[in-house]
Amino acid sequence: MSDTWTVVLALTAATAAIRASGPVLIGGRDLPPIVIRVIALLAPALLAALVAVGTFTAADGDLELDARAAGLGAAAGVLLWSRNAMLAVVAAAALAAALTRALS
Amino acid sequence: MRDGIKAGVPIAAASFVLAISFGVLAQPVMGTVAPIVMSALVFAGSAQFAALAVLAAGGGAGAAIVAGILLNARYVPMGVALAPSLAGGRLRRAAVGQTMIDASWAMSIRGEGRFDPDFMVGATFPNYVCWVGGTALGVFAGDLIGDPETLGLDALFPAFFLALLVTELGRGRRAIAAAALGVVIALVLAPHTAAGVPVIAACLAAVIGLRRPRPEGEG
Repeated sequence: MSDTWTVVLALTAATAAIRASGPVLIGGRDLPPIVIRVIALLAPALLAALVAVGTFTAADGDLELDARAAGLGAAAGVLLWSRNAMLAVVAAAALAAALTRALS
Repeated sequence: MRDGIKAGVPIAAASFVLAISFGVLAQPVMGTVAPIVMSALVFAGSAQFAALAVLAAGGGAGAAIVAGILLNARYVPMGVALAPSLAGGRLRRAAVGQTMIDASWAMSIRGEGRFDPDFMVGATFPNYVCWVGGTALGVFAGDLIGDPETLGLDALFPAFFLALLVTELGRGRRAIAAAALGVVIALVLAPHTAAGVPVIAACLAAVIGLRRPRPEGEG
C-alpha cells in the first residue's frame, strides 16, 4: 500500500478513536464536583491556547508577530463594542490581516 | 440542532475556502481520490494539513501519521469536557463525539462545564459538507482562490476563538486565570515541541480547578 493510503487509513482510525475516547469512557455518569471544576476550566484554557498559537506562532512553531496580530487586534476592537457580533468580529479580523499584508 | 446549523454556516464558508486550498495542495502529493477520502473520513483540518506537509516533504507515512495524531490529540481533553453532557449509550456518545470540531465544540459551550450536544452536531453539519465539497473542488478545479492568507483567512479562526473565549472569561476569575496560564504554556512550548503539543499541554492549566473555590468568591 502506498504511503498516502497508509496515512489516510491510519489517521481515519486514530481520529475516530480519539474523538470517541472521552464520550465513551466518561460520558453518562455523574462526576464528582472536583472533576467538574477542572473540566469547566478546559474550555477557557483550550480556547486561549488556540488563539495564542493561531496568532503568534509560525508553521515551525517559532513565535512570530505578523498580520494575524493585526487581525486579532481588530477582532478585539469589535468585541469591545459588541460581544454578539460574531460575523463582524471574524470579518474585521480577516480584513485587517488582508489589508496589513497588502500594505506591507 | 437547527440553531446549530445556522450558527455553523459562516464558519463553514471559511472552511470551504480552506478546504479548496487543501485540495489544491494535496492533489500533486496524494493524487485525486485520497485527499477527498481523507477529508470525508478524517475531517480534521489542522491534522490533514500537517500530514500533507510531512508527505510533501518526503517524510514518510509514519511521520505523517504521528503529526496528524498529535494535532488531533486535543480532541481527547475536548471530549472529556463534552462527555458529562452526553446522553445515551456508548455507541451514541461515540457517534456524537465524531462530530467534534474546534468551532462547533466551542460554540456549544454553555458554561459550568456543560455543553449542548445537539447544537454541536448541527453546527458541524454545514462544516462537513463544505470541507469535503471544498476539497473535491480544489482537487479537480485547481487554484480558484489563490492564497488564503491574501484574504486574511488565517486570522479568521483565532478571532473566532477569541470571541468565544471572551464569553468564557466572563464566568469568573478562575476562567481568566486558566486562560492566561493556557496562553503561557502554549507559547513557551511552541518553539520547542511538535505542532499540536502546545495546545494539549495548555489543558494542564485547568488543574487550578482542583483548588476548592473560596466560599464567598466566584468559581
